[in-house]
Amino acid sequence: MNLELRKIHIRDVVFSNINRIENDTLFLNSRDLVELVMEDKRVKNVHFDIAKPGESVRIFPVKDVIEPRAKLDGEVFPGVFREQMDEAGKGITYVLSGCAVVTTGPIVGFQEGLIDMSGPGVQYSIFSKLINIVMTITKEDYVDPHEHEETVRLAGLKIASYIGKIGIGYETYEAECYEWENIGHKYSEYSELPKVVYIYNCMSQGLLHDTYFYGRDTKLLTPMIITPLEVMDGAVVSGNCVSPGSKTTTYHHLNNAVIKECMKRHGKEINFMGVVLNPLMVTLKEKYRNCMLAVRNAEMLGAEGVVVSQEGFGNPTTDLMLICQKLENKDIKTVIITNEDAGSDGMSESLPDSVTEAVAIVSTGNSNATVMLPKMDIVIGNMKDIEKTTGGNVESIQDDGRILVEIHGIMGSHNLQGNTFLSAETI
Amino acid sequence: MKNVIFYTNQFFGQIGGEDKAYTEPQFHEGPVGNANAFTEKLEDAQIIATIICGDNYYVENMDKVKAFIKEKLEDLNFDLLIAGPAFNAGRFGIACGDVCSFIKKEFNIEAITGLYEENPAVEMYKKDIYILKVAKSAAGIRKAVPLMAGFANKLLKGEKPGSPKEEQYYAKGKRINVFKEKNGAQRALDMLVKRLKNEPFETELEISLYEKVEPAPPLKDLSKAKIALCTTGGIVPFGNPDHIPAATAKIYRMYDISGKEGLKEGEFESVHAGYDPVYANKDPNRVAPLDALRSLEREGVIGSVYKYFTVTTGNSTSVADATRMGTEIAQRLLDDGVDGVILTST
Repeated sequence: MNLELRKIHIRDVVFSNINRIENDTLFLNSRDLVELVMEDKRVKNVHFDIAKPGESVRIFPVKDVIEPRAKLDGEVFPGVFREQMDEAGKGITYVLSGCAVVTTGPIVGFQEGLIDMSGPGVQYSIFSKLINIVMTITKEDYVDPHEHEETVRLAGLKIASYIGKIGIGYETYEAECYEWENIGHKYSEYSELPKVVYIYNCMSQGLLHDTYFYGRDTKLLTPMIITPLEVMDGAVVSGNCVSPGSKTTTYHHLNNAVIKECMKRHGKEINFMGVVLNPLMVTLKEKYRNCMLAVRNAEMLGAEGVVVSQEGFGNPTTDLMLICQKLENKDIKTVIITNEDAGSDGMSESLPDSVTEAVAIVSTGNSNATVMLPKMDIVIGNMKDIEKTTGGNVESIQDDGRILVEIHGIMGSHNLQGNTFLSAETI
Repeated sequence: MKNVIFYTNQFFGQIGGEDKAYTEPQFHEGPVGNANAFTEKLEDAQIIATIICGDNYYVENMDKVKAFIKEKLEDLNFDLLIAGPAFNAGRFGIACGDVCSFIKKEFNIEAITGLYEENPAVEMYKKDIYILKVAKSAAGIRKAVPLMAGFANKLLKGEKPGSPKEEQYYAKGKRINVFKEKNGAQRALDMLVKRLKNEPFETELEISLYEKVEPAPPLKDLSKAKIALCTTGGIVPFGNPDHIPAATAKIYRMYDISGKEGLKEGEFESVHAGYDPVYANKDPNRVAPLDALRSLEREGVIGSVYKYFTVTTGNSTSVADATRMGTEIAQRLLDDGVDGVILTST
């Protein structure tokens, strides 16, 4: 299996009456975008804004962030829109890097987050460094919360793949070529290197806590072996899951930091044997089943070392610890990635569950720590909802317009695939 | 020039040995006793006063000594207090730790001491103050003075102290956020590769093990028992009048449910950010089953349902906040004669 990612580095995005890329500038006809979104009758209205790094702009409440991608032949995000689907992870895929589609609009639940385009919030979010094509979407009154989430999710994916297609044929790009062979081949090719497997936890717990694999709700899946390349082609899509700080957006899935790092080291320091997608379920029985199967899949791939990434916190910490314990008890060396809830003063124990086998932990920071964000000239969305979302409360909005939030509330601040520089230390 | 206050005991203050351990606190201008060992090591700083107190007197009259210290230091302009070092001395260690944490709290001025790792005062005071790691006995004074003075110089200059390991102090146990040069995934692979090569590696978070909560013994007679309903599922009166946050709640509330047969849609709702609230909003009893408790009450299976329903959102709440709230709730329930609790989570 071979995949070529053709990365077009977008330097600017402007609204225009045409859709094209010229001198690395993306021109977008927002009327076309609006028309496309309005095809879904559940949408009452939608409008688009562009938010650029350095601007005094705050976007809230953000549901998902999606990198525009398109396949030369076939469809990115397979299984989402059509019945017929292509196997993801092979062929040529165009990537419009440096920009993203951001979905916002009235709140669905309590899980949406904040992106600042300037000020101290920037260092906490990879999305502050992108040119964001922001879609503010309002649903028809009759649409219930589950359909509201679906409407916004599908609109985001539709727009991201539509914009991605504008890149097809554009000739200035950087090509990244990946290949993925079968297990036997991989085993013999680098037989001297330690075999490493990645266990890819994804939330599977209901509204704003879901993930989709080829369009299928991952609650309906048991852990399974997948290829890293299909992840890059949009086989895994966010259901706008989990608190903003630990949310694995579709952008995070497409650019999974653990996969990127494993691919980089494959054939040099490690023999990267594969990925196990593990749905994080609600009940303990399902957790036991899935953790057992995820570990067994890793074992079948010959794992000597495993990295486990996480999504969410609280009950998913139990899955993380169970997987770690089972792997270590089988003599498989394990590193887990987690955030911490050490309290706003940092003095509490950090995790709600623990096992003594968890000896190698990467921390993506204390999510309870607070940060004061300055007033912005423009807010895309509605700041009032911060009172109801994770990381905020009724005292978040200051009289002078500043915002006091836990870093929880900032999109991707402590991303549990390790796509953040944030960590925590004991003093 | 910065000003430093020094604290020491009867022995290092050159008053006498164990027979002088009941010496009442004394205030001297300038350095006295082992304070002199520090004067030349401090950079652009001077010891303006020394407080000496007998060890026995201190531990038996802690409040009196602190009142004395407060009175003497109130009008002084100082930037740091250095106490000890007390090595493995039990009473002197407690005196040093106590003086330092008092100075920190009362004056909001940094105060440091030096203790041996087994000194009980380390556990008692390390979360409040910087305690530097020194040897077991006074023979280690030669190493202790430059270590403590060096650290004092850093604090006096307003420099950010390094990690506990670099500076050789006992970790306060406070987690602070930092930005690393590599992202989390790169660090995870670095750590894994080290482990696979059997090289030393350092975890970024030491795991803590929690105390296991023993279940209380079963109630002897359920039919006479008063049962309280508690939930961490974030079910609140509609509109969330007390603004219980969606996550990281530090508060809980008790709501009167007398006369209610159940928790109705539109009267109660979920504000919890950690689960799909749609089904809980349709029937809040799904999370906090008041309807079921009422029927058990009618059937005589339980004696009565406690008048108040207790709620918080258990979502990213720190263990420390959860422990505090749990203790407060339990006390209130005990005071009101509650025999048993149905506690639901999500």
